[in-house]
Amino acid sequence: MTKMIGVDVGGTFTDVFVLDEASGIAEVAKVPTSRPDQSGGFLDGIARKVEDLSGVGVVVHGTTAGTNALLERKGAKIGIITTEGLRDVLEMRRRDRPRTWGLRGDFEPVVPRNLRLEVPERTLADGTVRVSVDLEAVQAAARELIDQGCLAVAILFANAYANPENERAAVEAVRAIWPNPHVSASSEILPEIREFERFSTTALNAYLQPEVSGYIERLDNALKQGGFEGEFMIVQSNGGVMGTDTACSLPVRTALSGPAAGVIAAGHIAHTAGFENVITGDMGGTSFDVALISEGQSMLSPQTSIDFGMVVRTPMIEITTIGAGGGSIAWVDKGGLLNIGPESAGSTPGPVAYGLGNTRPTVTDANVVLGRIDPDSPIGGKLDRLDVDAAARAIDEHVGKALGLSTVEAAEAILTVANSRMAGAIRLVSIERGFDPKRFAFMPFGGGGALHTGAMLKEVGIGSAIVPRYPGVTSAMGCVIADMRQDFVQTINTTTSALDTQNMQLLMQGHVDDGLALLDAAQSRFEARDTVFELDMAYIGQTHTVSVPLPVEVIDGRVTPPTVEEVEAAFDAAYRATYGRLLKNGIRRVMNLRTAVIGRRPKFDLRTLAPAGGDIAAAKLGSRKVHFGDAWHETAIYDRLALPVGSAVPGPAILVQPDTTVLIDPGLVGRTDDFGNTIITAEGA
Amino acid sequence: MADAIDPITLAVLAGRMEQIADEMDATLFRAAFNPIIAEAHDASHGLYHAETGDTLVQGKSGLPIFVGVMSFAVKAVIDKAAEAGDLEDGDIYIFNDAHMGGTHLSDMRLVRPFYRDGEIFCYLASVGHWHDVGGAVPGNYNPSATEAFQEAFVLPPVKLVRGGELQQDIIDILMRNTRLPQSAMGDLNGQLGALDLGTKRLNELLDEYGPATVKAALDALGNRAETLMRSELSSLPNGRWEAVDYLDNDGITDEALPIKVALEISDDRMVLDFEGTAPVTAGPVNIALPTAVATAYVAIKHIFPDLPANAGVMRPVDVRVPDGSLLSAEFPAPVGGYTETILRMIDVIFSAASQAAPDRVVANAYGTINALSIAGKKANGQPWVMFSFYGGGHGGSIESDGLNHGNAPISTATIPPMEILEAAYPVMFRHWALRPDSAGAGKHRGGLGAVYEIELLEEKAEAFLFGERGRYAPKGVVGGDTAAMNHFAYEQEDGWHSPPLASKMLGIKLKKGQAVRLETPGGGGYGPASERTAMSVAQDVALGYMTEAEATATYGSTWKEADQ
Repeated sequence: MTKMIGVDVGGTFTDVFVLDEASGIAEVAKVPTSRPDQSGGFLDGIARKVEDLSGVGVVVHGTTAGTNALLERKGAKIGIITTEGLRDVLEMRRRDRPRTWGLRGDFEPVVPRNLRLEVPERTLADGTVRVSVDLEAVQAAARELIDQGCLAVAILFANAYANPENERAAVEAVRAIWPNPHVSASSEILPEIREFERFSTTALNAYLQPEVSGYIERLDNALKQGGFEGEFMIVQSNGGVMGTDTACSLPVRTALSGPAAGVIAAGHIAHTAGFENVITGDMGGTSFDVALISEGQSMLSPQTSIDFGMVVRTPMIEITTIGAGGGSIAWVDKGGLLNIGPESAGSTPGPVAYGLGNTRPTVTDANVVLGRIDPDSPIGGKLDRLDVDAAARAIDEHVGKALGLSTVEAAEAILTVANSRMAGAIRLVSIERGFDPKRFAFMPFGGGGALHTGAMLKEVGIGSAIVPRYPGVTSAMGCVIADMRQDFVQTINTTTSALDTQNMQLLMQGHVDDGLALLDAAQSRFEARDTVFELDMAYIGQTHTVSVPLPVEVIDGRVTPPTVEEVEAAFDAAYRATYGRLLKNGIRRVMNLRTAVIGRRPKFDLRTLAPAGGDIAAAKLGSRKVHFGDAWHETAIYDRLALPVGSAVPGPAILVQPDTTVLIDPGLVGRTDDFGNTIITAEGA
Repeated sequence: MADAIDPITLAVLAGRMEQIADEMDATLFRAAFNPIIAEAHDASHGLYHAETGDTLVQGKSGLPIFVGVMSFAVKAVIDKAAEAGDLEDGDIYIFNDAHMGGTHLSDMRLVRPFYRDGEIFCYLASVGHWHDVGGAVPGNYNPSATEAFQEAFVLPPVKLVRGGELQQDIIDILMRNTRLPQSAMGDLNGQLGALDLGTKRLNELLDEYGPATVKAALDALGNRAETLMRSELSSLPNGRWEAVDYLDNDGITDEALPIKVALEISDDRMVLDFEGTAPVTAGPVNIALPTAVATAYVAIKHIFPDLPANAGVMRPVDVRVPDGSLLSAEFPAPVGGYTETILRMIDVIFSAASQAAPDRVVANAYGTINALSIAGKKANGQPWVMFSFYGGGHGGSIESDGLNHGNAPISTATIPPMEILEAAYPVMFRHWALRPDSAGAGKHRGGLGAVYEIELLEEKAEAFLFGERGRYAPKGVVGGDTAAMNHFAYEQEDGWHSPPLASKMLGIKLKKGQAVRLETPGGGGYGPASERTAMSVAQDVALGYMTEAEATATYGSTWKEADQ
């Protein structure tokens, strides 16, 4: 049982990373993602590298099954039972609109209005039950939903975060007549104030439950049939893994599963290589995704919108996306300004050079025309060669002519504008959080990121970049690396002076007990168990809260809560760090308690990925002309995986490997470190 | 238009400057105390021309109406400073005078000259809607005001910061004139923080590119916006189209007030002439001229959503507002209800433009901001004011039905969650729901309005409403029908009552257990109702968007046979 397998299913490819801890051999496989059922590609990818699953200890899966079901509206038919007078909360949203300008577009919630049923019940904001829930009405509603063919039901009551009594009674009443694992209450899924966000998260979870749990069961069965006796786990949006039982009951937590795993891997690779502060840039076909890791910690955001009106509130690795991917289309508007995206040719039909029907130039086409991508061996193995002439014609037609530029100048212009937008995203992500991007290293991953490394160093003023050994399968590798993690939240909503620390101890202890029980239930062994407590706090009258880390120790599973003075001091420190000044005479309020229980999984030694031996001369494959700035440079081409540890390749150079092209601009040098990463810095640095 | 800048640098700088304004927005949203800024984003930041005050760049998340209006605010400061002759680096002006800066007195504007090499390179400005700025009514929507003085305290442009020194006496005056000084101080700090950040970022950009290049980029962006606008106008037919709609009343006299527009397109130019609009009124539905011009910009940008947020767009547009009309009111005419008037301006511009460009224009949205405040004292003597705007339906468009429960076209504001309101104030929402039968019929019907019913949980309180569309319904376009009108009622011991002025009333006394009920309009329909498919009608009935009776009355009975 020495093998660990990570599988990341993306939109185009399914990536598999297999690590044999005993022999230290890592293998990767890339197969097309199967549709509509992703389990075919999943199993096919594993089969490419592992014949006998009985020797596999862990399979960890980063999945887009949940995200796709949400985006394509392919979840189950579900119903909701809600407080009288509030049946339309899901549909009314927070009174927003899809786009600022134009006033077009409508919205269809995942639960249509005729499947949203009201029952008499009401809890007030202070937790007082004003109207006890009418359980006969609840059961009548449940029967109606059964008759309508619903597969899941969510109970969504007002102020249930403050007192879940009515919701609990309603859930029991429904389960009594409808034995179904997919009956849930908003106070179980997210006991946090803000009804739309809580209802939306709970309803989307119910919408995904039948679909995602079916998918996971299919995979689980297939793995077992293949002789697998180890543990099967799923990556969550928070970057931690969870057991399949948890994933089946909380599928909404998988919303950003794959990208989160990539950031986790990036953090670990960077840390091992000696970089504690790193900004990752994942360039795919339609987007450039940026995440920030400071002192080894990735940032978490409290919620995201999967699509207009589809809000999921659960901690997620914060990933900022801009529409500047390889397939993003370059165009000149009527005012003569060159734009990149947001329209994208994606991976199908893809860039003009693919020859699959798109005729408008993309970022990839500019890279092809400038010689940065080898037209004779395209990544992914889907095509035999790329059509450079067609790419050049498209750039001429749509950009060159309009701006009075030659083909090469126009291609450089496309890259300049695309790079500027990508650099802007990096700047915004760091500056918004009060970080200076110059203190960070840049880590490109995904298929296209490593082509733009030099530009990011220059534009943002970053000193070095680290290109991981296998940039195209970073998310799959992250699956193998991620810790087990459970997040909990409970709204408290009281001033610090009225804070009941005994009650807080009970809440904290409850979170810890539940979290540790989940760790105990896992087969994995953990190197350590950590608990992190935070309070969302603000001054009375202020809307936005700040995250206040609490210095609380858990000893032998017992929580000692902080004193009110400690809470207030922690708030002052966090508030000052965020806003620079405290508010005189402000009354401090505790809004929510957030707890994370983490089981640290043992990390494999990244050194196992490093090349053994090799020599730089043998790794050289040849050379070709590549355009940089305003001239063509004869540029050496190397087989990246054959470069030995410690070798230094001066730019201009191109390092090729099956899933990525690494570009080293003139004036930069790429060194292979002890782990097989390529560290790119200015020459002489 | 000789652009002295290469197209690549221009594209890069366009993005970088917009990012500066975006970061200023983000700074204030995060720091602001009051939910109108923090949640509803009723604020804006940008870069403005050193001599004219024209909007050069505005952040993406700022309130649409401010794109046009802020240039007037900056110009007011430029004029004031020129008169005084003592402008220096490190100064920041503050004011809320709506007759100088547009919109209403709740919007506090901070304007800072940005110096580079001893000269003013441009202005940076921050505007945000404060929770309370004194006056007769908490939250400042006073439907019975006949002078600005009854709406709020009026602050002309004064120096809040002199050469980098914060003027505590100005702050003391401000804080003594609001019911919610802590909230106001939090917002003020946030606005100062946004201006600091903008100054820092702009300096970094100028260090990198040099003032001459950035200046050239700003000029080029203005010219480009103009070119884009001319090209959009050229795509429309030449002609003259009229539309008229009405405000219910001015809050004082129950008399309808016409808002009239004639839209004329000749080649690449457009005239919006508001001749025939009602004269200035005693009550607060007047607006100042800057607001009128800014509103024309908002309407135009909804029709051509790809235009940039830049004053160049308005160069080929002539906005003609008759002197003495309620669209060009002079100080101290009250302007507190400006939102209602500008929403109606947008409605008539849409109605006129839909005749010229039927595929581009959407039907009228719900057309009223419905500023509802409920105020009282808690058991411990603490005063409370719950103030919010309420949503309604959007108009149908060529591509789809209108959005249910959207925000106003002049804003991108979201509504606070019901649970946040219930946790902060002694109220309980009996209803927070869609309003069936409120959509305008059409091939693509309008979106539905909403029903909010709010019960008081404390012993007593007073309610104030400033709304519209209680007498005149939102209109459809291209043959679409009108939507349901606004309807407000309040509960007393002897049952439910409605205000004599339909949607405006102040000082409604409520006792514990009594409620107010607001039913907001839907959006107008797009295209004739006869072209709506029977299946769509049947689905509306099945979902409860329409009652059976209403469906049959509007669309005939064929829907009953439709196979869903």
